Amino acid sequence: MKKRHRISIYKESTAGIIFCLPFIIGFLLFLVIPMGISLYYAFCDYGILSPAVFSGLKNFKIMMADELFWKSLQITIFYAVVSVPLKLAFALLVAILFQKTSKATGLYRALYYLPSIIGGSVAVSILWKRMFATDGMVNQILHGLGIEASIPWLGNKNTAIWTLILLTVWQFGSSMLIFLSSLKQIPRTFYEASTVDGAGRWKQFTSITLPLLTPTIFFNLVMQMINGLLAFTQCFIITQGQPLNSTLFYMVHMYNQSFVHYNTGYGAALAWVMILIVGTVTAVLFATKKRWVYDGGF
Amino acid sequence: MKKKTKIKKTAYHIFVSVFGIIMIYPLLWMVMSSFKESNTIFITAGSLIPEKFVLDNYINGWSGFAKISFGTFFKNSAFISVTATIGTIISSSLVAFGLARCRFKGRKLLFGAMLLSMMVPAQVLMIPQYIWYQKLGWVGSYLPLIVPYCFAIQGFFVYLMVNFIDSIPRELDEAAKIDGCSYFGIYYRIALPLMVPAMVTAGIFSFMWRWEDFLSALLYVNEAQKYPACLALKLFSDPGSSSDYGAMFAMATLSIIPIILIFIFFQKYLVEGISTSGLKG
Repeated sequence: MKKRHRISIYKESTAGIIFCLPFIIGFLLFLVIPMGISLYYAFCDYGILSPAVFSGLKNFKIMMADELFWKSLQITIFYAVVSVPLKLAFALLVAILFQKTSKATGLYRALYYLPSIIGGSVAVSILWKRMFATDGMVNQILHGLGIEASIPWLGNKNTAIWTLILLTVWQFGSSMLIFLSSLKQIPRTFYEASTVDGAGRWKQFTSITLPLLTPTIFFNLVMQMINGLLAFTQCFIITQGQPLNSTLFYMVHMYNQSFVHYNTGYGAALAWVMILIVGTVTAVLFATKKRWVYDGGF
Repeated sequence: MKKKTKIKKTAYHIFVSVFGIIMIYPLLWMVMSSFKESNTIFITAGSLIPEKFVLDNYINGWSGFAKISFGTFFKNSAFISVTATIGTIISSSLVAFGLARCRFKGRKLLFGAMLLSMMVPAQVLMIPQYIWYQKLGWVGSYLPLIVPYCFAIQGFFVYLMVNFIDSIPRELDEAAKIDGCSYFGIYYRIALPLMVPAMVTAGIFSFMWRWEDFLSALLYVNEAQKYPACLALKLFSDPGSSSDYGAMFAMATLSIIPIILIFIFFQKYLVEGISTSGLKG
């Protein structure tokens, strides 16, 4: 008996499951179970301090009538739809600039992607808040350039969202690196052949570089879109949704509902709606994939 | 013709470096401001170099708040980040080895689950996990900040390591198997030593993410004594608790030093991680 047991440890399938055990446990314990529980609570009246009472679709009815739900959704979508393409466009542009390597490329690359490494930190959010304060750095620099500016960037409902968008676009570095590594995989011969055929730089860009990069653009677009819809820290620290809720991100609204107003059941419902939205956006992007993403080999 | 390319080259370098400086100017401004006299920061916000270099901000900031120094907050951050990172690396490498080298029923399903865990972002789990951890009685402790990561739940790292193991020749395994090595033996004696680069990449990303993980700290840590640096910094910067911007900038600067050090010394791994598996910086 003992011997047989020993042998079974050497068996490939048993070993495989044992190796994967941490993930199996973790996946169930920290992903499946929490999501299951919260799905139930989304249909309950539940505050962190009170017991849960099943209430059917009540939370979702409240949501439909919740002005802030619609407003935050609109703001978040606006933010994601504006900042992500801008960020990717910058990333691609700069990646192309760095395609030709020189001695200084390594240093330049570092300068450009440092912001994306630390951009999500609290330190940078605090910095941003002070930069765009009325007496902050941006206005002072404008003043130095002869532009009389005492613009309350964060206090004006038309400009506040743009400071958050700028912060996101500023972090284009990691997308740039991904583009850079795909650019390196495009065979040089393609460009050489097209030069022989008399194609100019722009023509090469639109008919070689861009089509061959579409898989990478697609990957970046999906990932960044998801991140954009779920942005939290920047808004939470820099604007807290102010002024007049003009920068209230969906995630911050959800946080406030759950942890400030203790409507945890409603918060769970908001979380599930967001999961559905993220799922839908991803699915829609995948559905358009065939139309514009190149999937052949090189 | 030659002259023209030279001019073009110079223009390129000027453009790229000027724009590069604009990119990091905000950070430079923060660091420089932390050496300015606190009451002059916003009067001289337009200029970069301090008129007088002072260290007062660091001394004032370090003393923290509620009689707890920033030293404690940094120690807390280091403890959380290092433990969670070690847990992540060990568990992810085990799982990755299992997925890459063993064929078993349900392997494909697990692979799918792993990809799913990559796609489900942490923010969306904020409330589901909070409710669950509250049931477990974990709220108010470091457990939610450390334990989940010891179960390889960050698919990115597993994925990265699976790809890495795939590049190790299988002949090595076969040879070891013939010599009577168990699967764990193959993992421990063959795969693990060869996987070091992938583990370093996963380790530095994990460390950075945990160091900057403000959201979990905000939700689960409620005793000032236990705050990690990012949360302490946020409270430090709240209006009302302090208007000492110099001290705030000084502590903000200190809080990103570990990241900057990683950036300087492990750049190769960072670039590798981002460009091969799309890990977000």
